[in-house]
Amino acid sequence: METLHVLVVDDEPGMRYAVLRALRPFKVHLPEIEGEARFEVEEAESGEQALARIAEQPPDIMLLDHKMGGMTGVEVLNELRRQERDILTIMITAFATLETAVRATKSGAFDFIAKPFTPEELKDAVRKASGHLVNQRQARKLAAEKRRVRFEFISVLGHELKTPLAAIEGYLNMIQSRALGEQVADYDQAVDRCLLRAEGMRKLIRDLLDITRMESGQKRRELQRVDVQESAASALDTVRPLAEERRITLDLQAPGPVSMTADADEIQIILNNLLSNAVKYNREAGCVDVRLGGDDQRVTIAVTDTGIGLAPNEAARLFNDFVRIKNDKTHDIPGSGLGLSLVKKLAVMYGGDVAVSSQPDVGSTFTVILQRDFRPPAMHDGTQRTANLAAHD
Amino acid sequence: MSHTIMVVDDDVDFLTQMTLQLEASGYRVVAVDTAKAARELLEKQRPDLLLVDLMLEEPDAGFSLCYHVKRTDPAIPVIMVTAVSSATGISFEAETDEERAWIKADSLLAKPVRFEQLEREMQRLLKDQQ
Repeated sequence: METLHVLVVDDEPGMRYAVLRALRPFKVHLPEIEGEARFEVEEAESGEQALARIAEQPPDIMLLDHKMGGMTGVEVLNELRRQERDILTIMITAFATLETAVRATKSGAFDFIAKPFTPEELKDAVRKASGHLVNQRQARKLAAEKRRVRFEFISVLGHELKTPLAAIEGYLNMIQSRALGEQVADYDQAVDRCLLRAEGMRKLIRDLLDITRMESGQKRRELQRVDVQESAASALDTVRPLAEERRITLDLQAPGPVSMTADADEIQIILNNLLSNAVKYNREAGCVDVRLGGDDQRVTIAVTDTGIGLAPNEAARLFNDFVRIKNDKTHDIPGSGLGLSLVKKLAVMYGGDVAVSSQPDVGSTFTVILQRDFRPPAMHDGTQRTANLAAHD
Repeated sequence: MSHTIMVVDDDVDFLTQMTLQLEASGYRVVAVDTAKAARELLEKQRPDLLLVDLMLEEPDAGFSLCYHVKRTDPAIPVIMVTAVSSATGISFEAETDEERAWIKADSLLAKPVRFEQLEREMQRLLKDQQ
């Protein structure tokens, strides 16, 4: 059970006592935290005393009379605002001074109750304030968590950009100081590595922009009928030059048009990532099979390659941000470590998921399942998301 | 006789560049890209110095490799290099003795490593060896 501290500020002892008596046995149920709150009441008999109390130990909720001997309630509020203290305040005011209540609300009061009030009216106002308080705290906690996730993401991102940059600089320094000897071919190799690392950085930046756009809500999601078969054909066109260079056969099988409600760009991102991986991590003269299917509710996209495959422990972490499987089979392949995490995020957004089954040195099958008529939530609704780069806070 | 340096880093370009630079300075180089491979090789041969990156196949595999070396053969000097400063939230500035005690390395260098600095550090540690 949560204990909320209430400070009642009133120069009439009778009024303070009434509040004390009403709130002492009072408990509110707070669905926001699936719990209850009870109240501990402290008193102050003037605005000055209240400010001193608050400086010592700020309460959670303040019940504040307006018309008092020294400072008025509104003056107390203004002083608190000057001190940048945010205390949830319920003004206590006589009917005649409704205007005061309005002014108090402008000065930052959350609510007001009119004198004379019944214990029930007081409890109602306190219940409302408690709910607001808990919501506010939850929201702050969530925002702090978002900032932490974002900080972590950007830190790792910085690392992921610095590493290839350091590699490129290293080679350039060697080229500049002619450290590689007399053979031009040795320099060519260094240049090739620079280009490869630069390509990896470019891909990272591209994926990053895709993720940011997706999570920011800046780009309006245009939901329309999308033929996944067309998206797949277009993704195949994109990877075809690279596939031909390495004599990799591409095959697409679909039962006909596969339509679903989606944003065409997002479906394209999924297919582009899956197909470019299937080609990149394939062997020379291998093949890539794309199979589309599903039922009334779902669309399935299965992409099978004949590539290097994955060990089970690698497969388990493959869909996390910045995970790249590093070994002697992958170090010549540029990648960002974001492609599959992006696929996963999108699949989940369309009410589905992505899975991989794989055998080392035989190949992998990535299967994406999407709801046919799922409406992804608008992106600014505060639903949980990791790595929200564009958190509005 | 030239010294043998074992370089452990998962970035193939860092390995290539280190190998070229160290060989040009007259060292023998054994380059491996995982902590696992390093351990296996250490059973068969004893390098004069180990140059280890912190982030290998696991984010802290360099750590455990250093630990392993210092337990099995504490006389081998170990230099740890890392680009991790604030990445992944791990702050990696071993400023106090207590922090340094946790890192089982004789020396800690930040990436990108200036080769002259690295070589000075290596020479110091190798001289202490003798």
